[in-house]
Amino acid sequence: MGYPHPPHPKETVVLSKHFGDAEARTFEGWVTRGGYEGLKKALGMTPEQIIEEVKASGLRGRGGAGFPTGLKWSFVPKNDGKPHYLVCNADESEPGTFKDREIMRWTPHGLIEGVAIAAYAIGSERAYIYIRGEFTEPWRIMSAAVEEAYRHGALGGNVFGTGKRIDITLHRGAGAYICGEETALLNSIEGKRGNPRIKPPFPAIAGLFGMPTAVNNVETLAAVPHIILRGAAWYTGLCLGNPKSTGTKLVSICGHVQRPGNYEVTLGTPLKEILYDMAGGPRPGRRIKAVIPGGSSVPILTAEEADATIFDYEGVVAAGSMLGSAGMIVMDDTTDMVYQIMRLARFYAHESCAQCTQCREGTAWSTRILERILAGNGKPEDLELLLDLADNMTGKTICVLSDSCAAPIVSGIKKFRGEFEAYLKKLRQPALVAV
Amino acid sequence: MSDTVGAPRGPQRGASAHGGHGTEADAAYQPVFVGETRAKLEKLFEQYPTKQACLLPALWMVQEQRGWISERAIGEVAEVLGLTPAYVKGVVTFYTMYHTHPVGRHFIQVCTTSPCNICGAEDVVKAFLQHTGCGELGATSADGRFTVIEVECLGACGFATPVLIDDDFHESVTPEGVPALLQRYK
Repeated sequence: MGYPHPPHPKETVVLSKHFGDAEARTFEGWVTRGGYEGLKKALGMTPEQIIEEVKASGLRGRGGAGFPTGLKWSFVPKNDGKPHYLVCNADESEPGTFKDREIMRWTPHGLIEGVAIAAYAIGSERAYIYIRGEFTEPWRIMSAAVEEAYRHGALGGNVFGTGKRIDITLHRGAGAYICGEETALLNSIEGKRGNPRIKPPFPAIAGLFGMPTAVNNVETLAAVPHIILRGAAWYTGLCLGNPKSTGTKLVSICGHVQRPGNYEVTLGTPLKEILYDMAGGPRPGRRIKAVIPGGSSVPILTAEEADATIFDYEGVVAAGSMLGSAGMIVMDDTTDMVYQIMRLARFYAHESCAQCTQCREGTAWSTRILERILAGNGKPEDLELLLDLADNMTGKTICVLSDSCAAPIVSGIKKFRGEFEAYLKKLRQPALVAV
Repeated sequence: MSDTVGAPRGPQRGASAHGGHGTEADAAYQPVFVGETRAKLEKLFEQYPTKQACLLPALWMVQEQRGWISERAIGEVAEVLGLTPAYVKGVVTFYTMYHTHPVGRHFIQVCTTSPCNICGAEDVVKAFLQHTGCGELGATSADGRFTVIEVECLGACGFATPVLIDDDFHESVTPEGVPALLQRYK
């Protein structure tokens, strides 16, 4: 539901059903609400059966990449005699995204259940949940929930009396956006700088501590107990015409809307309904100018493009952007697009791990060029220079951080070129002071 | 491009007027990993196949006790985990939440990334700088009470502007709300 707002009739409430209900946080509260039934059922199935069920559900990664979850698990070798690891990516740091935070704050046991099922499915006895360092409250709530789960036999050496071992360790990040990239995250758990690794090998073959590993997002794992309990057919039934995009998605909406929050929708819902019906549309007297639909790393849509978008993996691509994490940033006509694109570039420059030249130099120089445009010192060739830089930052590095920096710059110049030119032609007062 | 550098920015996080890493006299250093803290770390060793994996947790333990991570503390962590001090320092400086210099008694982090920026986050920063007496980003107030910094996305964009004060997460902070909020931190 649209926490912190009441549920909207057009939402499909599955993961967010207990948002705002503090009693659901405790083990007993969770059990009273039907919790841990999914894990108990899963423990009676074989790992192969679980993987097949999740494959059949069509569940895709909710962190941004949209990779089929069951397929990812099936890549982890079987009976290879090595320890396997399940890693939950709770490093939610993508600007515009704040859904995993609410899952951990309100339904910690739902996440524990999902992690435990996934761990069992890939033959892992030890799972790590990597929580970003700034999430102090979710950390406290998750810590308490893990402790409770151990006390009630939902974790440990004999999970619910089945003789199966599943241990969960929470691992705290320390302020690095890049650790949301799965291989950087693995390095961070290993006690290293969070530099992404070259793939292949993929984590399924050589991941954490060099062992077969599956890395899944919080929201993805939170959906798993529901799928196991209610069946793949129920999940594929949550679909509005596109069989490649099934189930529900939490959409975080922020920026210039009347009711920012998390709304849970069936994939395939028109973006317009989320933006106007659920989030209430623009503030009174204002008009929406731009929408970044999937977290700051995806191309910017104009209001007209956003209005025509079907909100699922394929629909947002067809509109010229990506579903990403479904962190939707809404900007109205008061927004200085050049300034906000500079802020995004600055974000990526700050967060670059600096191992690839194209990213280290590209993000920093893009920021500086945008800053000089804003300071009224832009040169006529600056927009072409930015686009040329962006081209060198796309598809040429170990991870996609520099691509993510290029996305808002390229789409911003393409769609809001007039705003950039107003600074270049000195038709607009400088927004920054030249130093 | 030195003639066209744009936005004025405060000192980098953890920087000091003197530059370099914070130091303290050898004689004054009391080890962190003794007694209960040592036991806590030993317990963590059981949850990872390598001691190195306990590096981030160990650094957190140091910062919780001492407020920052000094060169001497880095040496101690290295010794406890069987790593070199240079390696540990490389990791400490990668992660922005570890302080390599002492900071104010209360550490204030204000999100100013785009989603909060368009909702007025920069005015919230100004209010904190004014009411804490810090004056500029990264500086500590004369009474040692506060340090204010801007941070990139705190992951609570629907509750602009989120502010992290020590371990307390505050949502929907406005410039007007700043004085009352600061009253809670002595």
